Amino acid sequence: MQRSAPPSLVKSRTHEVCGAGAYMFALTLAARLDGPTLWVRESWDLRQINPTGFSDLVSPSQLTMCNTENQLDTLAVAEESLRSGAVSLVVMQLSKPIGLTEGRRLQLAARHGQSTGLAIISEDMGSHAAETRWRCAPVFDAEDSTLQMWELIKNKSGTLGVWHVRWNAASRRLFVVSPAGK
Amino acid sequence: MFDGMQRRVVSLWFPRLASDRVLRLRPVDGPFALTLTQQNANRIYCLNTAALRQGLHPGMPYTDARAFCPDLQSHVAEPEQDQRFLSMLRRWATRYCPWVGLEGGNGLVLDITGSAHLFGGEGALLSNMRSRLLRAGLSVQIGCADTRGAAWALAHYGEGHAPTGETLAAIKSLPVAALRIEERVSVALQRLGLRHIGDLALAPRAPLSRRFGPTLLLRLDQALGKQPEAITPQAEAPHYAVRMTLPEPIGLLSDVMAGTERLLAQLCAKLMAQEMGARQLCLTLRRVDQDHQQVEQRLARPLRDPHRILSLFERGLTEIDAGFGIDMLRLEATQVEPVPAQQINHVLEGRKDELDDLISRLGSRIGLENIQRFLPADSHIPERSFLIAPAAYSTPSQAWATVNPRPIILFPPEPVFGSGPRPPKRFRWRRISLTTGHAIGPERIAPEWWLEDENWRSGLRDYWQVHTTQGRRLWLFYTPQNPGWFVQGEFA
Repeated sequence: MQRSAPPSLVKSRTHEVCGAGAYMFALTLAARLDGPTLWVRESWDLRQINPTGFSDLVSPSQLTMCNTENQLDTLAVAEESLRSGAVSLVVMQLSKPIGLTEGRRLQLAARHGQSTGLAIISEDMGSHAAETRWRCAPVFDAEDSTLQMWELIKNKSGTLGVWHVRWNAASRRLFVVSPAGK
Repeated sequence: MFDGMQRRVVSLWFPRLASDRVLRLRPVDGPFALTLTQQNANRIYCLNTAALRQGLHPGMPYTDARAFCPDLQSHVAEPEQDQRFLSMLRRWATRYCPWVGLEGGNGLVLDITGSAHLFGGEGALLSNMRSRLLRAGLSVQIGCADTRGAAWALAHYGEGHAPTGETLAAIKSLPVAALRIEERVSVALQRLGLRHIGDLALAPRAPLSRRFGPTLLLRLDQALGKQPEAITPQAEAPHYAVRMTLPEPIGLLSDVMAGTERLLAQLCAKLMAQEMGARQLCLTLRRVDQDHQQVEQRLARPLRDPHRILSLFERGLTEIDAGFGIDMLRLEATQVEPVPAQQINHVLEGRKDELDDLISRLGSRIGLENIQRFLPADSHIPERSFLIAPAAYSTPSQAWATVNPRPIILFPPEPVFGSGPRPPKRFRWRRISLTTGHAIGPERIAPEWWLEDENWRSGLRDYWQVHTTQGRRLWLFYTPQNPGWFVQGEFA
């Protein structure tokens, strides 16, 4: 098993993440980039990210939420904000698969604005244009309540891999640990 | 040189201002009345001449008026609109002289000292004024005299033009009510036999002032010019609109942008002088075929920087159809907010401005109120422990404090099967079979009785963090008063 840290996401690109730990992954990324973050979601979505839950991870004041009517607006908002370069991370919650054109436009916008994009998608909904795709899932551990398994399932410029990570709230850092029971 | 110049005052009285205003927009033949609900009764507010001729009068109940005059047409009165119309008339009247004030709810008073000759004398000025107002469909009575009081008296009682220095001669035959005194006083004076202003002017002053107080004689002296009376001109409300008319129509985006840039420079200079910032802007483009197109721009923060605003207009202007060309641009700040001058800060805040501009641009697509940020709130109820506020109208707060761990995702409670106050060993949630590996709790949260909340009808809640052996870490609660288990959130 690898013990090295997971590769940091390439800036100026859009990435994808799926799985039950996707929100944690997005928030960890926001904490690591440590800049203004735009979170785009569709307004019908009843899942609400809870600022009191992640305030020790990333300050909620860095977050700006956008409620859109449909996925078209979500993509337009994400593209415009990536292109402007005013935010360091744009997280978009996608409900439908996006085509190659949309994915490529997001990549171009991210490259233009030097900011990172992250799409939270469902399983098997990935786009070919994404730079990397991650599958994140929480892992049971009796002592630790932050253990996660991050699986890199697509990488345009590197190898794939699996990491077990946990978040240390005191040092606000991510630690790579060996998988439980091994 | 001007010391010897006699002051001249014109008083305008619009006896049927409210109905004239409505009839200007929608002319009606025959009797017409405006009604207003006063003291629980629908009463006549204003009438046109045809209705007055039928014997109706303002203040009578509307039902009575309908009985007298079955073909009466009516409309609901809007006193605020009437006031706005009167202030428009006031602005119009500044074409005659700069010193124009309001006289009650339906009159104007103009100090035309030294400006009458511009219109060819007083007579010509008054007839010019009258003909323009009549053409606009307004009935007006005009009085002109040396003093405000005398002009008012002439406008309301007799409509005359008192030559310079002959004020008393012009108003002496008018009734005492023309002195702007209370009804009670005027009735009492008539009982004494003092029916006209001339009678009053000759009467001994001391008994009058003893009986009626100082106001009566003050009004008389003001009318006759023995006491000064000021006219208060209203300050022009700052008007944040600029326009540009073009000799040749334009159609290229770059040309329209260049025009907008010039307008913005003017507007922002105005805003800067008044220490204001624009919150909402409206650019109206008139085409040669007289069609109008508008570009609205709402801003995330009050701004007066022309370059930043211009770049925000780019998106809206690309959607404009120029047709055969645009020959007028008008830019108005429809909503302004005070923006005091700020000390120059050495800390770079460029990033913040960029974010505000981004919010403005996104707001023009998805609506400014759909861009939100979290603010802390003082509550233990999970759903109410934070506020969601529009980002454009709030400032971020750093004061986030949590005592107990909270899930990072919240959703409406979803029931799961379970019994007893301990978390169930096994349960199904969203069609996944889950086994409890480790549970931390309970944390009791009581509903806030001072706020009515549908979701908290089931009473107290005991919250548990449940770590399932499958990995998912869920936030479950048990309601001891109405036994049942629910999932409300998910930890990472």
